[in-house]
Amino acid sequence: MNIEELQKICLEVRRDIIRMLGEAGSGHPGGSLSAVELVVSLYFSVMRQKPQKPDWEDRDRFVLSKGHCCPLLYAVLARCGYFPLEKLLTLRKLGSPLQGHPHNLEVPGIEASTGSLGQGLSIANGIALAGRLDKKSYRVYCLLGDGETDEGQIWEAAMTANHYHLDNLCAIVDRNRLQIDGETKNIMQLEPYNEKWEAFGWKVIEIDGNNLKEISEAYAQAENIKGKPAVIIAHTIKGKGVSYMENRVEWHGKAPKKEEEEKALKELR
Amino acid sequence: MKLKSTRDGYGEALLKLGNENPDVVVLTADLGESTRSHWFKEKFPERFFQIGVAEADMIGTAAGLALSGKIAFVSGFGVFVTGRVWDQLRISVAYSNANVKIGSTHCGITVGADGASHQAIEDIALMRVLPGFTVIVPADALEATRATVAASKIYGPVYLRLGRAPLPIVTEEAEVFTIGKAQLLKEGDDLTVIACGVMVKESLEAAKVLKEKGISARVINLHTIKPIDRKSIINAAKETGAIITAEEHQVMGGMGSAVAEVVMEEYPVPMKRIGILDRFGQSGKPDELMKEYHLTADDIVLEAANILKRK
Ligand SMILES: Cc1ncc(C[n+]2csc(CCOP(=O)(O)OP(=O)(O)O)c2C)c(N)n1
Ligand SMILES: [Mg+2]
Repeated sequence: MNIEELQKICLEVRRDIIRMLGEAGSGHPGGSLSAVELVVSLYFSVMRQKPQKPDWEDRDRFVLSKGHCCPLLYAVLARCGYFPLEKLLTLRKLGSPLQGHPHNLEVPGIEASTGSLGQGLSIANGIALAGRLDKKSYRVYCLLGDGETDEGQIWEAAMTANHYHLDNLCAIVDRNRLQIDGETKNIMQLEPYNEKWEAFGWKVIEIDGNNLKEISEAYAQAENIKGKPAVIIAHTIKGKGVSYMENRVEWHGKAPKKEEEEKALKELR
Repeated sequence: MKLKSTRDGYGEALLKLGNENPDVVVLTADLGESTRSHWFKEKFPERFFQIGVAEADMIGTAAGLALSGKIAFVSGFGVFVTGRVWDQLRISVAYSNANVKIGSTHCGITVGADGASHQAIEDIALMRVLPGFTVIVPADALEATRATVAASKIYGPVYLRLGRAPLPIVTEEAEVFTIGKAQLLKEGDDLTVIACGVMVKESLEAAKVLKEKGISARVINLHTIKPIDRKSIINAAKETGAIITAEEHQVMGGMGSAVAEVVMEEYPVPMKRIGILDRFGQSGKPDELMKEYHLTADDIVLEAANILKRK
């Protein structure tokens, strides 16, 4: 799929996210919007998948470790054909498969339940190890938040991926520089960040994570790395695409009101 | 009498399963030898994953392997594979319904000299509240082997509570292990002692002493705490009219509490829960500790006399 086509899908997905959150009255727009290009690019031009057969053995796997950003994943899955688009507006409602944080038993295409930060990379390691045992060529992708990498378990998992030379694994850090209580640098200093990952044995690829061209090059580069895992440090803008949300910490975890929703949808055209 | 620990029974079962089922994988966090999972490692190195002293990561890795079709046995000390990683067990394993089995060794105070930090006495309580988890406490090494094999045959998370101390064998070699079906070890009609783990042996001894005193005690090995065998508990309440539970665990939230929940709802009779009373463990020899914490056959006999007065 070419860049213009991907861009169109990104726009639709951003509109989906805003409408879902508006309808739900709650949810996490900032980190959903920042990672749109990263996830759309994966699902529409990188990953091997069969939406009609979500448990296809040879599929590439995606683990959303930062589970609060599931509106993004739900929108992408629906647009790939995993389930009908109409379902999106049931987000966070009683009885909906689209739970406030992802539940693998409810939604086709969700590999593992997440929502408690810090756990997804370990799960991705396990999936990658199983792929190797089974002599499968599938690849495993795992999206992390930058604030999420405050968690010690992430660094345990980083060591494990290196120890087992998991070159079928690619982590992506949404480096939007914000978490709940403020800027990552004020909450918990992550820098020197690339050096941390490198010291843990990873190949680091640093990009503009809202730039589809850089993203697709990064995924291609990651796939060619042998003998070690790759991490894409993707610099993004939290709330990307909606002017009043961009880089604003208060838009981490609240839904737009009706007028705000309309304003956002006007901008996303 | 030949003594053998339940962790040994677990390790032997893993070896057997390794031969029988290529989907079985085993993980540990720097405790391969202590958990007896190193026997599996020697035979099936490619299916054994050393994760280092990183229990949270071990649970997540096991979940990932399990969600990719493996039967993942996690082997570690009870304190470190329950409370320390409870949220990982809750979300990555239970909520994801991953086919992960927790081989939790060094449970209870019979751990001995290592003391409180290494004695898991809250684990049954922690594990039985997690939706979807099966919770099993084998009474001896033979039962541990059977339980481990049985755990591999059902889909979904299973918690196996195992011990370090060598114990006498109280079950039969040919016994069939059915998850969720309590084992009636001795008939009796004055009262019932429901026990699990090392307390099964103490209960059988207590029943002998009681018999000499003319008291007929039924003894049940409640090896599966969840799903609990409601029927045999209700029958015990109806037919014997008094129930004592005995476990090497905090009484709060443990096996006795699980039994009390059934009795209270279905057929209230006098009950007494024997277990650890809101204390931590400590260093000492296993038998010294069992005395100190009132977890012996004598303690069961004493409570039997008391409970009969309440009937
Ligand atoms: C273990 C855990 N602790 C706390 C939370 C609450 N929480 C949800 S999102 C979040 C901040 C995450 O920041 P980041 O990873 O940077 O996400 P993004 O900016 O991409 O939204 C926190 C603390 C959680 N979900 N899990
Ligand atoms: Mg962030």
